[in-house]
Amino acid sequence: MDALTPFLAATVRTSVPLALAAFGELLLERVGLINIGLEGAVLAGAFGALVGASAGGVVLGYGGAVMGGVLIAVLFGAFVLWLRADQIIAGTALTLLSIGTTGTLYRSWYGSAGAALGIPTSAPFAIPGLSRLPLIGAAVFTQPPITYLTYVLAPLLAWWFARTHAGLALRAIGERPDAAAAAGIHVDRVRALAILANGVLGGLAGGTLVLAQAGTFAEGMSAGRGFIAIAIVVLGGWSAWGVTAGALLFGAASALQYAFQAMGWRAPYQVFLAIPYLLTLAALAGAVGRARPPAFLGRSLPPRR
Amino acid sequence: MSATPRRRRTRLVLSQIALAALALVAIVAATAFLLLVGGYSVRDGLVALWSGSLGSWYAITSATLVRAVPLLCTGVAVAIAFRAGVFNIGAEGQLLVGAAAATAVSLATPLVAWSGGVTIILALAAAAVAGGLWAGVAAVLRARFGVLEVISTIMLNFVAVHFVSYLVRGPVQEPTHAYPQSATIAESLHLPRLPGAGRLHAGLLLAIAITAVSGWVVRRTAAGFRLMAVGENPDAAASAGQIDVGRTTTRAFLASGALAGLAGGIELLGVTFALYENLSPGYGFTAIAVALLAGLDPWRVLPTAVLFGALEAGAGAMQRDAGIPSTLVTVIEAALILAAVTVQALRLGRRPNPGRASIAAEP
Repeated sequence: MDALTPFLAATVRTSVPLALAAFGELLLERVGLINIGLEGAVLAGAFGALVGASAGGVVLGYGGAVMGGVLIAVLFGAFVLWLRADQIIAGTALTLLSIGTTGTLYRSWYGSAGAALGIPTSAPFAIPGLSRLPLIGAAVFTQPPITYLTYVLAPLLAWWFARTHAGLALRAIGERPDAAAAAGIHVDRVRALAILANGVLGGLAGGTLVLAQAGTFAEGMSAGRGFIAIAIVVLGGWSAWGVTAGALLFGAASALQYAFQAMGWRAPYQVFLAIPYLLTLAALAGAVGRARPPAFLGRSLPPRR
Repeated sequence: MSATPRRRRTRLVLSQIALAALALVAIVAATAFLLLVGGYSVRDGLVALWSGSLGSWYAITSATLVRAVPLLCTGVAVAIAFRAGVFNIGAEGQLLVGAAAATAVSLATPLVAWSGGVTIILALAAAAVAGGLWAGVAAVLRARFGVLEVISTIMLNFVAVHFVSYLVRGPVQEPTHAYPQSATIAESLHLPRLPGAGRLHAGLLLAIAITAVSGWVVRRTAAGFRLMAVGENPDAAASAGQIDVGRTTTRAFLASGALAGLAGGIELLGVTFALYENLSPGYGFTAIAVALLAGLDPWRVLPTAVLFGALEAGAGAMQRDAGIPSTLVTVIEAALILAAVTVQALRLGRRPNPGRASIAAEP
């Protein structure tokens, strides 16, 4: 099973940023909002990780990643909650804003050549005992700490949505905000918190790209992961477990690139690069309509009171 | 409905002025902030921005207007789609496949002395068809499966980039196989240059004609009315207006893709003369800002396309002359979109539009 362990490890590695971003989008879509700016949050998180890690190591790197994501989230909240602007257009603009701002700051702070940057990265941590398991041990339980956080998030979110008062309130807003408000829920406050969580998780997703994978930053390195995460939420039927499965599927598809190339399958490499995007299209065509989206999803918010 | 027409008109004019003012503030604030944070000289940057865009006749024609041509076509494309409630974020991909199709036709057609004009028309038609088909994938996904077109068109953008990358390293690579680009098209296929206007080509006239016709269709015809009715409130359009919502949105989507594809064809025959990966510096994304700032009105796309052409040209000059990253222009675009969205939100104020559910378009 020499080939399987690296494949599983690559699957987990590529799934983690997708899962983190998709969990963030899941929380947001459950309150009925949709954030195309998630892509921008992931990218801002990656740049924040670069800045933080160059200044003071991995921990500051993750701090910078969260700050980057939250910055985009705060702007999204300002436009969508405060101004009641169109979510799709505001989100698209925020992604552009993030692409432009990170590109400009990167070129001016790190040189237009973007020289090879040696920044501290997050080392894999083998869980004693579990990492000795045959086949999966080395792949699944010898990962950077952020991966273990992601493992915990899936069941935590599933439990939180189904079993806690706050989770139910969140879902109620996504279905019937007027009814939720009548039941005494502070609708806009919960929406704001969901947007914030979306920014934190989107930023962390970008942080893992830099700190746990690439060890460097490149302009536009989010490469559509934020958009794919939005598709994963649809694919996962708006449930925490479904989203987890969706993220793993995309991780596996990306990992297949390496497997195919290692097997010497002769095809233009652009085909491999295009696989995640083609898979998204195919998956969406198959998934939409099977699960019911939150009833209020994507609708424009009524004016503020 | 209590306001008189005159007062409504005054309010409209005022909101236009507010938009212009806010847009200007957004540009200046975003630019100055990033220049200061990046440690650049604000003065050098603004001087380069001006001289590279509007500072001379050469800059106006060969830099600003040359860039305004693709922005005009893609801007109208986005305006038509958004008007129908179709969020086509895929103009960039449609432009790229349009350019690829124009390349294929230009290189494949045997040249006879008289055939230049015919081939140009064929190449442009192929570009429009290719762009329409590329948008058609997303249109079918929306109509048949209810897939949110925002996501599908973005995915198709990525696929188009990789497709062009494959073409220029594979089937259409230039004969020496040294560079990742296609062979240069024959000179008889170049769009004619406009006299006394440097690099400016006849594509400008074509783009203006398209804009004029599109504006007329949107403003004055039944098809344009259906477009707007569906975009404003699909339920009301279907029940009160007896409009086939699905057909209207699909047609708008295809027309939008065709125009964006045509932009790619014009760019290829008028400016680049060969297919390569970075053929478009993101015209398809800038088009969103162009269209939104024009209030989704094709006629008003004309001035905004020139404005953004000037910004793109000026940004190039800032990079060359003052070493300021050209990505700054993306920030400005984003700031302008947000300014337009803000004005729109303030204008609508107490008039919510509860009709649209954007995640799953009604199949």
